[in-house]
Amino acid sequence: MSKISEAFKNGKAFIPFITCGYPNIETTEAIVREMVKNGADLIELGIPFSDPTAEGPVIEAASLRALENGTTSDSVFEMVQRLREDISIPLVFMTYANVVFSYGSERFISKCREVGIDGLILPDIPFEEKGEFSDFCEKYDVDLISLIAPTSDDRIEKIAKDAKGFIYIVSSLGVTGERKSIKTDIRAIIDKIKKNTAVPCAVGFGISTSEQAREMAEEADGVIVGSAVVKLAGEFGIDSPSHIGEYVKVMKDAIRGI
Amino acid sequence: MEQSKGRFGIHGGQYIPETLMNAVNELEKAYNYYKNDSKFNAELEALLNEYGGRPSRLYYAEKMTRDLGGAKIYLKREDLNHTGAHKINNVLGQALLAKKMGKKRLIAETGAGQHGVATATAAALMGMECVVFMGKEDTVRQALNVYKMELLGAEVIPVESGTATLKDAVNAAMREWTARISDTHYCLGSVMGPHPFPTIVRDFQAVISKEIKEQILAKEGRLPDAVIACVGGGSNAIGSFYHFIEDSDVRLIGCEAAGRGIETPETAATVNVGSLGIFHGMKSYFCQDEYGQIAPVYSISAGLDYPGVGPEHAYLHDIGRAEYVPITDDEAVDAFEYLSKTEGIIPAIESSHALAYVKKLAPTMGNDKIIVVTVSGRGDKDCAAIARYRGVNINE
Repeated sequence: MSKISEAFKNGKAFIPFITCGYPNIETTEAIVREMVKNGADLIELGIPFSDPTAEGPVIEAASLRALENGTTSDSVFEMVQRLREDISIPLVFMTYANVVFSYGSERFISKCREVGIDGLILPDIPFEEKGEFSDFCEKYDVDLISLIAPTSDDRIEKIAKDAKGFIYIVSSLGVTGERKSIKTDIRAIIDKIKKNTAVPCAVGFGISTSEQAREMAEEADGVIVGSAVVKLAGEFGIDSPSHIGEYVKVMKDAIRGI
Repeated sequence: MEQSKGRFGIHGGQYIPETLMNAVNELEKAYNYYKNDSKFNAELEALLNEYGGRPSRLYYAEKMTRDLGGAKIYLKREDLNHTGAHKINNVLGQALLAKKMGKKRLIAETGAGQHGVATATAAALMGMECVVFMGKEDTVRQALNVYKMELLGAEVIPVESGTATLKDAVNAAMREWTARISDTHYCLGSVMGPHPFPTIVRDFQAVISKEIKEQILAKEGRLPDAVIACVGGGSNAIGSFYHFIEDSDVRLIGCEAAGRGIETPETAATVNVGSLGIFHGMKSYFCQDEYGQIAPVYSISAGLDYPGVGPEHAYLHDIGRAEYVPITDDEAVDAFEYLSKTEGIIPAIESSHALAYVKKLAPTMGNDKIIVVTVSGRGDKDCAAIARYRGVNINE
């Protein structure tokens, strides 16, 4: 059984994302601890990439800043190692294929296992290309997370049948970033998924308010929030951990008992 | 492990967000249908000939041949096409395809602005909406082309993120396509990106080598000894090479932009200095650091200022079928001036990279040998920048 499933045993899961190394790696480490303390069920750690094409302006700018600060895959691995001394909730990486590939896919994925990373989200790896990563992921027991989009239609069945850990439902067309409203029929997508797998589903892209989180948690098993968290990291800098902690608490409380 | 679709050896593939998968699948299906549709092909040929000005001339550069004192040099004059570059070949094909697919809007990235101008042109002709993404830096380097695109009715969006050049324009166009798929076709300008783009763009550009072959056989009664073209993403080069790939006696030479030199970080010579990676939807060679972060490349030529190369070129390099040589800014500028003075033809700074290599290679070959070099575009757009490079400040 995947360790990621533990994240979905505590009611609806709240899954915050943070860009590692923004504003610096020490602050990221403190942010993660605050997230855990305030009820995060699973955390997505973004390893910055120079050209994050699935990302909106907030996470893109954070990624570029993190790279300027000298953040590397190795410095992120070291941070996870320090976090794992006292943090036990599931942690996943979100990054781009080239970050993994250029490190050596097997070397990267075995290192994930070694430091205690439970899953890997690669937004530029669709079902057809996952083989070169999923073989290593299986070998080292790291879940390669599948994404399903509003445009997936006839592809949902095969993606869901093969899914590991959780399924990342992309709520809207376009890139990450806050949206006023989410118009996609999430219920219909989840119905199709549930016919094919028992793996839990979490919805992300565009969610920032507790109302939106509640609305999404009515349908899905978990809610993912990225840009709104990264925006706080940008606004409050090295003082952001407590602010992000408060935000996580509000969001988790909003979806409790649904 | 089973390889996914659109592979050239280990290169190519479809490394894109799930959101775009059905869009590229739909495009592939439509292309596979229309490429064999005689009505589509007749329409495209009429457009290329009547509107685009094809076939382009294969011109014997007699003065240049005499001056360099070696191989006979022929220029494939893609600069004479409507809009002044080879880009129109691909754009007319894709715009017609998009129209057949019921798309109402074309989006494109552009570096030097040639592909943007070509896309804006096709959109105007076919009554489609057009949005072009262009690196902020390039909108300054190629201000005249920005004006042309707007004149043609397109919206030009300057991209300020990252290095504000071609790769960032591609990022922006990909993001826009992810946000608006149903009525929009992404008219990619080079043999790059996810499958089926490298194949579609190559097929539409292959008209260049098809014509070269017919023309050189008519003029010389034999195939050339070398075909030379410049390579950024590599569309005019693959177009120039394609029908010669099977002719193993014909050397295929791609000229990359070395910028200030391949021993410096200010270069865009991907095959020469890059390494295998996954970016912009494809596996290929890229300029990148040890952690896979894409490098900020440099070239005097906005059209070659790209950190990757099309997957088919990567493959032709792997199997040794094509050679890829670096040409510096200085060499390209010299060739730009050389062709202007010698033949009265002002070539694009991109094409000047290929001409610079001809200057080196031709004298080493006997005068019974034949070189064909593709002049991918005309150099009007570069005059102000080259003047500045030479220390002359002129108003455009």
